[in-house]
Amino acid sequence: MIRLENVAKRFGDGTAALSAIDLEIPRGAIFGIIGRSGAGKSTLLRLINGLEHPSEGNVLVDGALVSRLSESGLRKLRRRIGMIFQSFGLLANRTIAANVALPLELDGVARSDREARVAELLERVGIADKASSYPAELSGGQRQRVGIARALATRPEILLCDEATSALDPETTRSVLALLADLSREMGLTIVLITHEMEVIRAICSHVAVLDHGHLVEVGPVETVFTASTRQATLALLGDERK
Amino acid sequence: MIDFFHNIVWADIAQATFDTLLMLGGSFALTVMLGIPLGVLLFLTDRGQISQNIAVNRLLGFSVNILRSIPFVILLIMMIPLTLALVGTSLGVAGAIPPLVAGAAPFYARLVESALREIPRSTIEAVQAMGATRIQIITKVLVPEALPGIVSGATITAIALVSFTAMAGVVGAGGLGDLAIRYGYQRFQGDVMLVTVALLIVLVQLIQFAGDRLAGAVDHR
Repeated sequence: MIRLENVAKRFGDGTAALSAIDLEIPRGAIFGIIGRSGAGKSTLLRLINGLEHPSEGNVLVDGALVSRLSESGLRKLRRRIGMIFQSFGLLANRTIAANVALPLELDGVARSDREARVAELLERVGIADKASSYPAELSGGQRQRVGIARALATRPEILLCDEATSALDPETTRSVLALLADLSREMGLTIVLITHEMEVIRAICSHVAVLDHGHLVEVGPVETVFTASTRQATLALLGDERK
Repeated sequence: MIDFFHNIVWADIAQATFDTLLMLGGSFALTVMLGIPLGVLLFLTDRGQISQNIAVNRLLGFSVNILRSIPFVILLIMMIPLTLALVGTSLGVAGAIPPLVAGAAPFYARLVESALREIPRSTIEAVQAMGATRIQIITKVLVPEALPGIVSGATITAIALVSFTAMAGVVGAGGLGDLAIRYGYQRFQGDVMLVTVALLIVLVQLIQFAGDRLAGAVDHR
């Protein structure tokens, strides 16, 4: 569903964020990308919805070359890809319901349809009672649930998670991850998540890719990578967790 | 007490108050209408923003800084030919409005720009990731999210305009400041000075009060 072919990304000042990345993310997978901060995870994730463009190589989503899309083609693609963030990215001056309605509003969905869909989404993520609150009145876990509801409003096929649980305590992290896993099953979502925590990968991912200094160290089903890896970067991340 | 106020002609005070309010209202409305788009443009064209355009950004920034460096009383005079071309007269309330706007809009644009900088980068990115167009980002995210700062900036600008209008007497625009200078200062009529200044104080307090209330009402952060 998502394919990266020999992708490299260099920034304006010449520093290489990613080098020679080949990656295939199958439909319906919960695909985790793990690495330390500065490993290039965030850049990699943003290549998928065209928030960043590769310096070399191809990024394909459903066979379409992301970097070749026109501005309107890119907007259409983004409406099929939801995204959630570590810092939630909610609009502080909009109510929870209005935040979730935003992608529908951008899409020109009629008000009555928007309201129905928002109610359904808030119900699904378990914060129906917060519809008329503002983000500042919610806890971190509740805010991320709003983020998830908003990301799913337009019924995307792909959900990108940018360190979505890194700002949350362990218990909230578990409940948010459980919600993501459920949604992925119900909706046939493909989830790509980046994290620096092994725990997140272990909790919900079907596949994992280990990224180190912009290089892909290894990729595979979680069990295989975790049990059989001999790579130093992977072992170091696993070691971190055991401490 | 009655004796102290013997120079006051209340009809003149009323006329001057009316002129001040007229200048203030007219120039404030235009300042907001020009300052918000200019502030948005300054913000969006800056390095790392969604419509990055360094050349446009530098040019705008430079022009804004030039207008901001000219003392208002000089701007008022320098602009006379342009004012004539724009409104057909360089005198009176109408003649004062173009220089008032030229003095205040660049100032307000900077305040709008700094209010926009307060919006977290992740908020803008989240909306970009939804596939929003540039116009949608401006109208649905930038302006509404920065609204408290945009409102309090407008309050500061309105108060700066009150003090600018005091100088508009130079082009015969009248107003309270003009009255204070011509009667209070040049004719040593302390009573006129006192009354006009008192009215200006009341005006500024009212603007600040209304601005604070409005900014509070639109702020949900």
